[in-house]
Amino acid sequence: MTLSLEDVERIAHLARIEISAAEAVAVHAKLDAIFAMINELASIDTTGIVPMSHAQDMTMPLREDRVTDADRHVEFQKLAPAVEDGLYLVPRVVE
Amino acid sequence: MSAALDTVAGLSKSLAAKRLSSVEITTALLERIEHSQPVLNAFVTVDRAGALAQAKAADAARARGAAGALTGVPIAHKDVLMTAGLRTTCGSKMLENFIAPYDAFVVDGLKRAGTVLVGKTNMDEFAMGSSNETSFFGPVKNPWNAAYVPGGSSGGSAAAIAARLVPASTGTDTGGSIRQPAALTGICGLKPTYGVCSRFGLIAFASSLDTPGPFARTAEDCALMLNAMAGHDVRDATSLARDREDYTRDLGKPLAGLRIGLPREYFGEGIDPDVASAVDAAVGEFRKLGATTVAIELPAVKLSVPVYYVIAPAEASSNLSRFDGVRYGHRAEAYDDLLDMYKKSRAQGFGAEVKRRILVGTYVLSHGYYDAYYLKAQQVRRLIADDFQRAFAQCDLIMGATTPGAAFEFGAKSDDPVQMYLNDIFTIAGNLTGAPAISIPCGFTKGGLPIGLQVQANYFREAQLLNAAHQYQQVTGWHACAPGQWP
Repeated sequence: MTLSLEDVERIAHLARIEISAAEAVAVHAKLDAIFAMINELASIDTTGIVPMSHAQDMTMPLREDRVTDADRHVEFQKLAPAVEDGLYLVPRVVE
Repeated sequence: MSAALDTVAGLSKSLAAKRLSSVEITTALLERIEHSQPVLNAFVTVDRAGALAQAKAADAARARGAAGALTGVPIAHKDVLMTAGLRTTCGSKMLENFIAPYDAFVVDGLKRAGTVLVGKTNMDEFAMGSSNETSFFGPVKNPWNAAYVPGGSSGGSAAAIAARLVPASTGTDTGGSIRQPAALTGICGLKPTYGVCSRFGLIAFASSLDTPGPFARTAEDCALMLNAMAGHDVRDATSLARDREDYTRDLGKPLAGLRIGLPREYFGEGIDPDVASAVDAAVGEFRKLGATTVAIELPAVKLSVPVYYVIAPAEASSNLSRFDGVRYGHRAEAYDDLLDMYKKSRAQGFGAEVKRRILVGTYVLSHGYYDAYYLKAQQVRRLIADDFQRAFAQCDLIMGATTPGAAFEFGAKSDDPVQMYLNDIFTIAGNLTGAPAISIPCGFTKGGLPIGLQVQANYFREAQLLNAAHQYQQVTGWHACAPGQWP
């Protein structure tokens, strides 16, 4: 299975990365080589093998449902490009 | 002042004996860092004022009798670890001006231990790279030869140790990003067991693989650093609740009876002859120390690279979706609407390698491909981990070269991602299994470039691993060699 140029444009859109036609062509060749390497996995028989999602077979630890963090929104919002009245500003999405 | 260029253990003794103050050591190293910066570019940010203030505080703590082994010892952090109040860039334009509001767990641990933070080290952008060529702040140069890469992604942290700019530093290892640059710069780099050091405050690349760890010139120094970096942390759900360990506790134990596994797959074709003979000689030293060797097989390990290049990009594409130009990081100046703002901010903020990996990850996780790629890769990951468990039934440690070759020249692999990825062929398995591994210097190529020996152990065997490296360093001198330009 190889990637088409349309695939590259589609995944760039899904990944929310603007890509020009020239960039798509350039990145297409490199992705093709990467997938040729990755596709080696297809020939491996993994019937019945339990996927290993993690280095330790551990279960997600649970904790009591209570607030443990202090309110630091003023400090955190200083990092944002645009803020007003404690809200993050983005271009209008609803008319 | 050459006394300031000592190892962590050496500085610790000099500080305790009042032969040196932390202010004296820090001042000397800051000068050395500033002098090196135009040549090596190992640092993204140097915090002279902050470092001197911390050094004064460390000296005061020592005068009150409140000093530990690391009090007053200058260190540097890889710029992927958040440091409250001091810029954390991840080597990216995306975070060029990002000042973290809190410390990473390992940063906090080393701060509590009394270390002095001199600055943040340069790295491949978002820790994606094996040569430091993808940093937005320009590449780090290898102190042994500035025409050669220092390895990556923690290239700045490694180069800083090799050039004697600091005695110890932190790195993070997702596919070899501690061990590979340690090998290429002739120093020690330890990737602990996954879960031993909390990932809290480590800007995530691939969460199931990312592991913080120390760099230093000796195994003993790595043990001292790990003592301050390890520990349980409820803020990282994958941090392991275990009793505290003293990682120096085994240093000094004889190696008689130690069983070393030599995987057939690590000694085959494709290994540089100078690297192969250095590794053989190192294994010979371990035999002289009383270890025995056993031939083992790791048949699935050859699939590490394709498995990694599915799992790591998949997790990266998810983790890096947080950089959208809304809450922090780069936002494009001009855009049409929200979607356009996301796309332009990310296109401008990320470099080519990061974008490429996000695209690979987005594809393998996209509708209809999840089972064929991500699930398949996780199944093969299990096969690789099973190989290691079978091997560790026959041996205590596994040895081989850290990398198939020594450092390469700038530009040699930067146009061919697959060739670049193959540099990590021996290190990736350690991340997939999560078991610990260290790279220690074991010789030089005919061209004078350092060679690394990788020693792998089973889960939680860091103390044994560090002692094996320590015993080797008691009878060899490779770890004490300094680059000619940085004596």
